[in-house]
Amino acid sequence: MSDTNDRTAYLDLDTKDETFLDATELVINMGPQHPSTHGVLRVILKLDGEKVLGTECVIGYLHRGVEKIGENRTYAMFNPYVDRMDYVASVSNGLGYCEAVEKLLNVEAPPRAQYIRVILTELCRIASHQVWLGTHALDIGALTPLFYCFRDREEILKIFEKYCGARLTTHAFRIGGCLYEAYDGFEQDCKTFCDFFLPKIDEYEALLTTNRIWVERTKGVGILKPEDCIALGVTGPVLRASGVKWDLRKKQPYESYKDFDFEIPTGLNGDTYDRYLVRIQEMRQAVRIIRQAVDGLPQGPIMAKVPKVIKPAVGEVYHSIEAPKGELGYFIVSDGSTQPYRMRVRPPSFVNLQALDKMVRGLLVADVVAVIGTLDIVLGEVDR
Amino acid sequence: MLDAIKGYLSADTTPGTAGSMFWATIYILLITIGVSLAVICMNWLERKILAHMQIRLGPMRVGPHGLLQPFADALKLLIKEDIIPHDADKLVFWSAPVVVTMTAFTTFLVVPFGPTHAVTDMNIGILFMLGVSSLGVLGIIMAGWSSNSNYPLMGSLRSSAQMVSYEIAMGLAIVSAVLMTSLQTGTGTLSMIGIVEAQNAQQTWFIFKFFPLGLIAFGVFAIAMVAETNRAPFDLPEAESELVAGFHTEYSGFRWSLFFLAEYSAMLAVSSIAVALWLGGWMRPFPHWLSGAAWDLAFSLVPALAFFVLAGLCFLGTIRMPKIPQMHIQTVGLGIFGASLGFVGLVLLLPGVRERIQDIFWFVAKVAFFMYVYIWYRGTFPRYRFDQLMRVGWKVLLPVGLGVLIATAIWGLLPQLSTAILGVLQ
Repeated sequence: MSDTNDRTAYLDLDTKDETFLDATELVINMGPQHPSTHGVLRVILKLDGEKVLGTECVIGYLHRGVEKIGENRTYAMFNPYVDRMDYVASVSNGLGYCEAVEKLLNVEAPPRAQYIRVILTELCRIASHQVWLGTHALDIGALTPLFYCFRDREEILKIFEKYCGARLTTHAFRIGGCLYEAYDGFEQDCKTFCDFFLPKIDEYEALLTTNRIWVERTKGVGILKPEDCIALGVTGPVLRASGVKWDLRKKQPYESYKDFDFEIPTGLNGDTYDRYLVRIQEMRQAVRIIRQAVDGLPQGPIMAKVPKVIKPAVGEVYHSIEAPKGELGYFIVSDGSTQPYRMRVRPPSFVNLQALDKMVRGLLVADVVAVIGTLDIVLGEVDR
Repeated sequence: MLDAIKGYLSADTTPGTAGSMFWATIYILLITIGVSLAVICMNWLERKILAHMQIRLGPMRVGPHGLLQPFADALKLLIKEDIIPHDADKLVFWSAPVVVTMTAFTTFLVVPFGPTHAVTDMNIGILFMLGVSSLGVLGIIMAGWSSNSNYPLMGSLRSSAQMVSYEIAMGLAIVSAVLMTSLQTGTGTLSMIGIVEAQNAQQTWFIFKFFPLGLIAFGVFAIAMVAETNRAPFDLPEAESELVAGFHTEYSGFRWSLFFLAEYSAMLAVSSIAVALWLGGWMRPFPHWLSGAAWDLAFSLVPALAFFVLAGLCFLGTIRMPKIPQMHIQTVGLGIFGASLGFVGLVLLLPGVRERIQDIFWFVAKVAFFMYVYIWYRGTFPRYRFDQLMRVGWKVLLPVGLGVLIATAIWGLLPQLSTAILGVLQ
């Protein structure tokens, strides 16, 4: 018991909420080994019965020192490492890193490479959202969507595998463009996938969107107001579900996103249900972008002129992209050598996770699970 | 011995009622074995059906189509290390699974598999079943408390709150069915066999009686029974994404398997109540509309036919097995399994057996339908939250159950009321 008391003292959560009939608070550990903390997140919950009085996230169980590794590798050598941060959206990670270094070198990838990058990144966005949907539904107790999502994600992974030989940690892009030319039938595969996938979204929605239990479990749960989102630095679908129309693909267009016509889905209430709807709509928009990119895929080189040994001039750069989970930024300081002087990653999951405590106070234990799911965190990215 | 068997075959009451301890013991043994076997089948079926709903194959390795998987699992559980947490209350920890399992099995004493196929025809049968099955919650609280751990404690608290609140709605639904038994005779009955016989006498299943009142009462019961057995979408006590494994988190090995056994036999028990009260128990479909010797014969062939279909499926499976040496044993195994099913089917064709067995067959078939629905729920629904679960129980099911009860009572009294009013008028 003394252990528990010590932990309460260290928590320093405010306990102004009235307790029920002299009931004492219960402090329990959720994680790091728990079925629904999406890896090794440890949340210390302070409970009054089922009601959550406060939470404290303990992270770092998956810390691998990725940023420090980056400072001890050359620019090209660090490229595969970034895939291991958000391992369900590795293509996006690679894109962000390559673009940041390109910005530092002052080169731009040729149009064809940009288009291929967009296609693969948007496929990756769909794959990431599928993993999110499956696990989120599983957390709330619906077992079946998980398998539907993973079945359809398989088609995306097949395209990745055909393109670059890897399914998960793809290392698809190189600094300055792409290493691989699109394989024969790449366009057709993407088009087939788009035709195949749109009805599948309807299938997911048939299982969940109007499901009474799903709506009851998600509506009004974990509400995040727009001002809170901005104050906490929350980005991505979580921010957009609160009604803030902020998408780096539109606001600071990178790659060739300005060529495409797509919408930014936003929510109204900023609750778990809205975040679900926003992500579902984002999948549809991603399909739209892929279709346009495949149709307009230009011919030409796929690699810009980049020196064999990358030695950027002294300087620093911050570049961020709209990863599936939010703003993924890379801050690189170059001292003119072959290795970065400082490498810093701004992962969306890490920042979004901060909102957890604000969202779950006063809710029930079951909602904690739902909120962790709806934040769509990947611990590889949180801990790096 | 021969006299005993002859006496049994010509018996027209249950062994318990006839006072035959010998046959009662045999029945208890048969039911214990039968329920355990049914749980094993359910284990395999649940995994297979759920798997096919989720576009996967389920167990495929141990035995043909994973048929031996439940046995392999049972063996694994038996030889696992027996862990009792250091700080647990050992006596309570030890006795909790026993309590849960015993209560779950005891309910089967009064389950009417047929007019004579029950251990005993207790005159308070349904009350007995409700009472004993609610004792199961005691074992769950014991398990959660004695584990001396937070997650099991929360699981058991949820479970007890849930079971207590849903029992009321369940009881109200049951009472409205019991009221219906009094319609023709004037005196109702709580005996499980009596309730089925009342449906036979009134020539309707109670689910269709006083349409839609019977249906609503059945609906209330059908929802409450899912909550009562802690199954999806009301499986909060063992919500694995929240409470790891709920009240049995600290249990492992054989003790854990006792909880598993108890959960599934409780499912079978409440489904039996639903079948006996609303779906005509052991009666075959349309016993009055399709009456006559020819129809009787045709329906008595159905059990054998069902086994032949299953055997046929097995043989189809042997044909579709890959023709490679590695699959040889599996093919042979599936063939033998199919052959034994076919043999059972042949036995069921024997004239003496045919008539005796069909009550049991129809009862079990109806229970099996409920089991399928349980699995179907699990594949479809997300999980309710605790407060929503309570709201559904107290604010929806309870008023509806109460309303149905009152409406049933008034409807049942209508003939007497009208004569009374007419009498006053005259």
